[in-house]
Amino acid sequence: MAIVQTRGLTKVFKKGDAGAVVNVDLDSREGEFLVLLGPSGSGKTTLLRMIAGLEEPTSGEILIGGRVVNDLTPRERRIAMVFQSYALYPHLSVLGNISFPLKAQGVPAPERQKKVEWAAGLLGIGHLLARKPRELSGGERQRVALARAIVREPALFLLDEPLSNLDAKLRASARTELEQFQKRVATTTIYVTHDQVEAMAMGDRVVVMNKGSVRQIGTPAEVYDDPADTFVAAFLGSPPMNLIEQGDVIVGFRPEHFFPVTHLAGAAAVPEDLLADDRGRGPYVPLRFRISHEEYLGAERILYGELEGGRFDGKKAVSRMSSTHGARFESGSLHAFAVREPDLKFFDREKGTRREPVPLDSSGGPGGPRIPPA
Amino acid sequence: MSALGRQRWLGPAMFLPAILYVVALVGVPFVLAFIYAVGDVKVGSVGYHFVGLSNFTSVMESPAFRRALRNSFVFTICSQILVLIGANILALALKNAFRGRRFVRFLILLPWVAPVSIGSIGWKWILDSLYSVINWVLIRLHLANEFSPPMWLGEPSLAMMSVILVHTWHMLPFATVILLAGWTAIPKDIPEAAAVDGARFFRRLFQIELPMMLPIINVAVLFGVIFTFTDMTVVYILTRGGPYDTTQVLPSLAFFTGILGSDLAEGAAISLFLVPVLAVVAWLMLRTAHRAEIT
Repeated sequence: MAIVQTRGLTKVFKKGDAGAVVNVDLDSREGEFLVLLGPSGSGKTTLLRMIAGLEEPTSGEILIGGRVVNDLTPRERRIAMVFQSYALYPHLSVLGNISFPLKAQGVPAPERQKKVEWAAGLLGIGHLLARKPRELSGGERQRVALARAIVREPALFLLDEPLSNLDAKLRASARTELEQFQKRVATTTIYVTHDQVEAMAMGDRVVVMNKGSVRQIGTPAEVYDDPADTFVAAFLGSPPMNLIEQGDVIVGFRPEHFFPVTHLAGAAAVPEDLLADDRGRGPYVPLRFRISHEEYLGAERILYGELEGGRFDGKKAVSRMSSTHGARFESGSLHAFAVREPDLKFFDREKGTRREPVPLDSSGGPGGPRIPPA
Repeated sequence: MSALGRQRWLGPAMFLPAILYVVALVGVPFVLAFIYAVGDVKVGSVGYHFVGLSNFTSVMESPAFRRALRNSFVFTICSQILVLIGANILALALKNAFRGRRFVRFLILLPWVAPVSIGSIGWKWILDSLYSVINWVLIRLHLANEFSPPMWLGEPSLAMMSVILVHTWHMLPFATVILLAGWTAIPKDIPEAAAVDGARFFRRLFQIELPMMLPIINVAVLFGVIFTFTDMTVVYILTRGGPYDTTQVLPSLAFFTGILGSDLAEGAAISLFLVPVLAVVAWLMLRTAHRAEIT
């Protein structure tokens, strides 16, 4: 068991280019499932490869278990890595693949066999040992790759998008399995993904990266509810946070926090439970929302449109609600929507970072009068 | 003509030149060789008498033939082993980017692009008994006796070695190109996974990379065997089979007997001994190609 730390870790591939990884300081915790999340090209895989010893840092230090490992070969770092492609050895059987790391470390044959059986049993692939990788399905290959990684009980697991080659349905079940598996073996794990659902579902903590640097580190709830800057706000969530420019401030609110309060327009009544839930959670900021179109996604509905009136006039916004919400929204119709004040996030327009809230109705107000909490 | 009709003719039409070429330059001589081998044809003779297998029996009884047969195998096997080792090392070295890689690639390809006869004439001078630059260097370094320097082409074992090395020099670039393609086709992930799994250089090479290269290596070797087993240029130019037939190989013996010795029948019989070997190699080659396709 070991923790990983990086100190000012930087990788520049070509002199003069922007770094692929820039000045990253990271501290994993014992037994933690740490997710590196970012769009492609954000440097997350390069960071992982530097930790694995497959890429040499341009500057900075990598520590595993408190010891600087910059000059150690991958072999000496006692880590296991699962590649995006799984990188199974195509000419070896499943048995040969799983026992390869043990052979490389000179583990004697009887012990090797015991460990292979243990690892194969843990992942439920005992019946596949004689097969070649090309005779396996995607899910089975992924398990073989995992078995090969755990078989020598490494100090650290590195996983590079191990689920991205699976189809959607399998991915969901593999995700749960992988997460439970990590909890069971309790090995410190660093997991690279560009899929925010994976990151949120599996990570103890999430490291959001963009253009080589770390934008925010926190629990899934922290990075989602309290994004450190507009990049994190826009990257997480689907659809992402509404970000509305307002002078030198950007006001942000999640689509699910932007909901209809139809009684303001004098139409149907506000769902009682909706208001009841909110007692004591701060006042509403009402906004007038002209719907342009709706997407029905089965479990939820997503409304696209423009805000009207007040200082947000003409700004595009998105609302998301459960499809159990029965109201009808015709294209082109105008509705009264609202956001709770505590759900508004404020960002500096220049730097994109969070700033203290500004009063919204000081210069004309957004869409109408404030509604006091019921 | 309709589009479909044109298409029906296009394929065979495109194929025709190749068929003509193979029939005229491979098929006809091959059939002729069979006819000659069971006859009594000499250069300039007008008649033809069927003599059965007597040419084959007389060839097999001749010590020169047995020597050439053995030499052919020695020549092919030794040069292919050297080519394989050398080409793998070169391909590995050229796989990674470094300054001047294009130039080095160009240099390595040169022996292949240069006509083999001209290259061999160059080597004939390099290995000459009087003017050899190798000997000049060895003598200056006091590694060889000035008055009896090594006779590269004049002593049986040295001559065989020289012939093998020159042929290796000529074959190396082609094999390097094939193997380089194979090395670059191995996904980078796999040797990396092996490195993370704790395998050092030689374990990665022998247990992961070379086994993955096997189909490509097979192709390179089979091509090399065919080119080598049927080649007589290097032997013809460097030693003419000498000294005392010690470097004679089957193709050169067939040429010396059939064309220069004007015994067409016996020459044809000698050359037909190449057929079974080449047939086996060709069969292996097709099988390897087929296997490489399905995996």
